[in-house]
Amino acid sequence: MSQVLTSTDFDSKVLQADKPVLVDFFATWCGPCKRLGPVIEEVADELAGKVDVYKLDIDQSPDVAARYKVNSVPTIMLFENGAIKNKTVGAVPKQQLLQML
Amino acid sequence: MGAENTNREEKVYDVAIVGAGPAGLTAAMYAARAGLDTALLENLSPGGQLAQTEHLENYPGFTMSQSGYELSQIMHEQAEHFGAHTVYDEVTDVALEGPVKRLHLPSGHIDTRTVIIATGARPAKLGIEREAKLTGSGVSYCATCDGNFFKGRDVCIVGGGDTAAADAIYLSRICNKIYLFVRRDVLRATAIYYDKLKNLPNVQIVWNMVVEEIVEEDGAVAGVRVRDRLTGNETAYEVAALFVAVGTVPNSEFLDGKIELDQTGHVVADETGRTSVPGVFAAGDVRTKMLRQVSTAVADGANCAEACAEYLLQQQS
Repeated sequence: MSQVLTSTDFDSKVLQADKPVLVDFFATWCGPCKRLGPVIEEVADELAGKVDVYKLDIDQSPDVAARYKVNSVPTIMLFENGAIKNKTVGAVPKQQLLQML
Repeated sequence: MGAENTNREEKVYDVAIVGAGPAGLTAAMYAARAGLDTALLENLSPGGQLAQTEHLENYPGFTMSQSGYELSQIMHEQAEHFGAHTVYDEVTDVALEGPVKRLHLPSGHIDTRTVIIATGARPAKLGIEREAKLTGSGVSYCATCDGNFFKGRDVCIVGGGDTAAADAIYLSRICNKIYLFVRRDVLRATAIYYDKLKNLPNVQIVWNMVVEEIVEEDGAVAGVRVRDRLTGNETAYEVAALFVAVGTVPNSEFLDGKIELDQTGHVVADETGRTSVPGVFAAGDVRTKMLRQVSTAVADGANCAEACAEYLLQQQS
C-alpha cells in the first residue's frame, strides 16, 4: 500500500529517505489520477522494501506541489538523495513507471 | 488487484478483450453473459477515456449527476458480475493467425480462440519542439485536470473540435483570457458548443492559426508563436499554458503489420467488428468508423461479442 503524504512529513519521508522514493502528485477530482491510483498501489506492492511509494494530494499540500512546480496531475516523481531523479506526467502503465527507476 | 498467473500457461480463453474502456467493458459483459470464457486485459485501470470524462452530456439516460468515471466503474462491475476475468497487464505483442491466438504480456501470455481489440485512442500531439519537454510545465492534454494550475492567467487552446470547445468553456470559468487557435475558419465542434463560446467574453477564437513554436522561460511555458495560414503573418501570445486538443490517435501500434490498418492507424472493421484476420474483431475508437462516442463504443462492444460467439460456433461445426 502507498501512504498519503502531507506537507509536514514530506521532507523526512521523501528527501531524507535512505532509498529511492516515488511520489504520485494527484488530485481527488482528476480522472487520469483515478485511473492511475490502482497502478500506483500495484507498483507499491511490487517494490515494497526497495522503493517507498507515496501519494500527495495537491489540494491538501499545495506548498509541496508549488515547490516542485507541479502544473499537471497526475505527476509522478522519483526522488533519490533528496533530489528529483526522474519525472513523468499523466496516467501511465505499470511498466512505464517501473522503467523510471 | 494484480495479474493472476495460475494456469495461465495451459488455459485457452474463448475470447480475450484488449482494453477496458466502454467498448471493451461492454464486449466483456456480453461475452461473459453469453457463457463465453472471457478475459479482459487492461494496462491501467478500467474506464478508458470515459473514466477521464468529467461530465457526460450525451450518453442516453445519463444526466450530469454522475461522472464518466463512476459510469465506467459500474460497467466494470457489471462485466465481472457475469464472469469476465480482468487481467491487469499490457499486451506487448500478438500472434493472431490460426485457431488459437496468443497475446504476449510482460508477465507471460494469454491464449484465446478470439480477440476483440478495444484499445481505444489517446490525445494526439502537435509534434512541435519543446512540446514533450514542457508537458506538465504548461503543456497539457487535459484541461479539466490542469486548468486549476492556471487560475487567473492567460492561456491558449489549440484545436477546433468538441474537446477544444468544451475545454474553452471549462477554462473560461477559471482563467483570465483564453485564446482558441483554430486551424481552419470553422469549428468542427457541435453547434451547441459554438453558441456557448460566442457568448463568453473572455474567450477569443482566432481562426486559421497554426502553433509554430512554444516559448519557454524558466523551464515552463511563457507563450506561443502562431502563424496565420492565409497571410503567413506570425504573432506572439504571452500565455502560461497551452492546452492541446487536436483529436486522437488510435492505440494500434502493436498491431502494425499483423492486421489491416487504415492510413490513420485505425483497425479496418465494419459494424460487426470483423477485421482482416479471422477470429479477430475490433470495437470502439480504435476501429474505422464515423462517430467516436461512448454510445457507439458500447454498441461495437455488444456486436463484437456476438460476432465472436458466432465465429466460435462455426469453428466447432
